[in-house]
Amino acid sequence: MSEVKYLTEFYHLPEFKGIEGYKKNGGYVELGKALKMQPQEIIDVVKASGLRGRGGAGFPTGMKWGFLPKNGEERYLLCNADEGEPGTFKDRMMMERAPHQLIEGMIISGFAIGSKKSYIYVRGEYDESINSLLAAIQEAYKAGYLGKNILGSGFDHDMDVYRGAGAYICGEETGMISSLEGLKGQPKLKPPFPAVQGYLKKPTIVNNVETLAAVKYIIRDGAEGYRKYGTEKSAGSKLFSLSGNVNKPGNYEVPLGYPLKDMINVLGGGIKNGKKLKAVIPGGSSAPVLTAEEAMKATLDYENLAAAGTMLGSGAIIVIDDSKCMVECLANLTHFYHHESCGQCTPCREGTGWVDKIVHSILSGKGRLQDIELLVKVADNMKGRTICALSDAAALPIISFVTKFRDEFEYFVKEGKSKVKGTAYKGHAYAATASH
Amino acid sequence: MFQLSSAGKEKVLAELKRYESRQSAVLPALYIAQSENKGYISPEVIKELSRVMDIPEANINEVCTFYTMYNKEPIGTHHVQVCRTLSCYLNGAKELSEHICSQLNTHLGEKTKDGKFTVTEVECLGSCGTAPMMQITSGDTAKYYENLTHESAMNIIRGLK
Repeated sequence: MSEVKYLTEFYHLPEFKGIEGYKKNGGYVELGKALKMQPQEIIDVVKASGLRGRGGAGFPTGMKWGFLPKNGEERYLLCNADEGEPGTFKDRMMMERAPHQLIEGMIISGFAIGSKKSYIYVRGEYDESINSLLAAIQEAYKAGYLGKNILGSGFDHDMDVYRGAGAYICGEETGMISSLEGLKGQPKLKPPFPAVQGYLKKPTIVNNVETLAAVKYIIRDGAEGYRKYGTEKSAGSKLFSLSGNVNKPGNYEVPLGYPLKDMINVLGGGIKNGKKLKAVIPGGSSAPVLTAEEAMKATLDYENLAAAGTMLGSGAIIVIDDSKCMVECLANLTHFYHHESCGQCTPCREGTGWVDKIVHSILSGKGRLQDIELLVKVADNMKGRTICALSDAAALPIISFVTKFRDEFEYFVKEGKSKVKGTAYKGHAYAATASH
Repeated sequence: MFQLSSAGKEKVLAELKRYESRQSAVLPALYIAQSENKGYISPEVIKELSRVMDIPEANINEVCTFYTMYNKEPIGTHHVQVCRTLSCYLNGAKELSEHICSQLNTHLGEKTKDGKFTVTEVECLGSCGTAPMMQITSGDTAKYYENLTHESAMNIIRGLK
């Protein structure tokens, strides 16, 4: 198996960003085709294609669309471009290099679900993505791909960009809806799910950038054509963001089912500075960590990574070499989740703070052996008890780090220094503050 | 007393009409006001927005304090934001932010004496394949600087007016 250029076929062309260059390379052909289909036909082909959400949860896209009420009630399409899962930078590339690809996928999806209005919620830091999308939306209006009676089909669709303001939690779909409503980005209790009651209490479908972009290609190639790549349960190709201690970090598109080993050693050019592989986080920082040995056996698809006790997530692969201290790495993540907890649910708000303090206390040389058990216990109690998945996302790395690299935690407690580095921790003074 | 400029007010009023719900204009309005108030939101800014938008102060204030991109304290002309999260950390982000702070003779979160810079560490900026990196926000523009070394970062920072 090798790298593929399915979604990314024309990403090397600077002209692909503008509407003329995009049209020259197959752009907006599928929109014309889709508008001649019945909306239900599109939903059916997306279902049959096996496309699953590319943002992290991997939920079947066609099934999600199927949860919408059938009564013709006003509804919204919301593109999740809040890409905040540590390690993930694929959506940014898609929006910067191919904004029309997303827009076309969104108009087709909007037509399929009967939505006349869509928003792209982009994280506030992504200035270039926002500018790229705003310019492309304007071009699409001028060309008649957005607005009233698109290509004479009678279908109307408006699209706008909404800029976030720095909050990881807004990548959670109900948190995103709160934010789009001009509120704190706090998730809402489900059910009702957004497909029934979302933005302004209207049915809303929230899909990731890569998911919506893929819809165009499902229309082009059909369900079977789309399934040319991937496995039965993980259809198609996917963009993976490779980062950490590898020689050639970057975004790579591969068929799902591609060996993680090849991602690191072939595409990624192996571990940097002649070091050895120690651990891999395969699906963004919320995915449980794999040891080097586990990573060498894993393939990049939903089912194989689930069987390995972790997840494909957003496709963010973070590679850690053997000179890095796992206690420090975990502390980096516990700080992140503590900072990003929205504060609504006690197990998450208190739990993320508590574990962050325990890990930092170990780092400062004041750890006790029972703190290692305590970490796992607190993390266990954070799981499955909150409105959204952030608490679970914070707990999973803790449990996997401590279980798989326990020797490093024990050594730090006993010796007051890192087993790998042989030195005490020299961090910034621990600031027990979160901005929320 | 903070007052929006007439252009700023026009922009806020346009945002109020842009979405299905007026409350949705709060996030964009905070950005508009922040850029007119030297890069931060003070209680007076909230008051002015409340008056212009006819939305209670509390509904604006709670939004402002929830999100990290609204600064609640005065900030340097250039806000140097060094990404601290794992992929950058694995590639020397902590050493980089320490180096920048020591070169500018400042601490994280503090404005430099000449008022030119504030250095902060921020969470994942989605530039993990080009680590370590920083985003510098200067007024209305924000730019990513990637694949940094200590030297290249300081050259960029010292090159800012």
